[in-house]
Amino acid sequence: MEKMIAGKNIQVNEEGYLTDFSQWDKSVAHEIAHHEGIGELTPHHWKIIDYLQDQHKQEIPLSIRKIGKSGVVDIEQFYSLFPQGPLKKATKIAGIPKPASCI
Amino acid sequence: MMHNGDVIHYDVLIVATGCNIAPEEVSGMNGPEWHKSVFDFYTFEGALALRNKLREWEGGKLVVHITEMPIKCPVAPLEFAFLSDSYFKHKNMREKVEITYVTPLSGAFTKPKATEALSHLLTEKNITQVNDFGIKTVDNANKKIIDYEGREVPFDLLVTVPTNKGDALMERSGLGDDLNYIPTHKATLQLVKYPDIFVLGDATNIPASKAGSVTHFDAEILTENILRHIQGEPLKEEFDGHANCFVETGNGKALLIDFNYTHEPVEGTFPFPGVGPLRLLKETRMNHMGKLAFKWIYWNMLLKGTHIPFVSTAMQTEGKHF
Repeated sequence: MEKMIAGKNIQVNEEGYLTDFSQWDKSVAHEIAHHEGIGELTPHHWKIIDYLQDQHKQEIPLSIRKIGKSGVVDIEQFYSLFPQGPLKKATKIAGIPKPASCI
Repeated sequence: MMHNGDVIHYDVLIVATGCNIAPEEVSGMNGPEWHKSVFDFYTFEGALALRNKLREWEGGKLVVHITEMPIKCPVAPLEFAFLSDSYFKHKNMREKVEITYVTPLSGAFTKPKATEALSHLLTEKNITQVNDFGIKTVDNANKKIIDYEGREVPFDLLVTVPTNKGDALMERSGLGDDLNYIPTHKATLQLVKYPDIFVLGDATNIPASKAGSVTHFDAEILTENILRHIQGEPLKEEFDGHANCFVETGNGKALLIDFNYTHEPVEGTFPFPGVGPLRLLKETRMNHMGKLAFKWIYWNMLLKGTHIPFVSTAMQTEGKHF
């Protein structure tokens, strides 16, 4: 489905995750971050977003544990930067799919 | 290479080393209260200690908890919660027990339709749900679990599913990822890095359930692919992540789910489309009977490698309401 984000029509799924990464840009990230209650994105937020996008490009499955060990952010900081479900929120802002918590 | 230094050569290697619980991954989990008021049920010792505890327990706060995904059989902790409700009812002490289900997921299950059905059952059985709980520590002295955001859930009896990890052998071999699972092609079950190695069951990193049913369906494709590999033919990319699980919900009823990589569990009939006799994603007595029958099938057919009649390797979409 389509959603108006940062003045653009963006393709998203029913949970609001972008389905076409080429539509992502920083203004989209800012608006999703506001919507998710994260507020202003700091350089540290951006470092994490870059890291997540890079991992996604390499098709490496994402987990909070892996991010905690990445050297980009530790788990506690990750929670404080993206409160209430950091991985869910950070990936949505990064324009990449919600990590499949494998079953 | 073996412990004693012996070297065994292989042309084709099948790795099926499974996964195990790793309570040491969470601070305080295997602390002083381990197997006293904090239990796992995925080891023989844990299950036995928990059985003995439940027999004498007089009630209080029972917390059923999952540390992180993936875990062996994702429905097992739900079944534990449901069966606890039923167990304490039968012991006429349900009102003395407060059951809380704590999960790192945003709902009772990983897929939306099953989450809805299972959440409904949790509510119906008066089980409180705490979602998105990223556990940081088990506080043994004050008997509570605390997450990274400072949320606390007090317990008198904690039944937890610790972090699951692949075998430490994979770490030593340099084959595993950060949880010792082996990066495996999800449709062929061949190792990504070394084409002469195939991986079966819980040892893989494929995005499917770490469940017996998955391994069963894995095996059928694996055999064919190894034969093709030996003959130098292209492998079949056919494994679809098919899983099939009974979910015992207590009081002589059960639910059945059937799903794969792309299709989430939905309502329908199984194994005969439109007929049943089993009903998918519905709590019925017949499903419980199916589970009981499956016990026999498990020991007498599955373990012998006999194909189960009417149940295909690839998930069938007929009879399901997508």
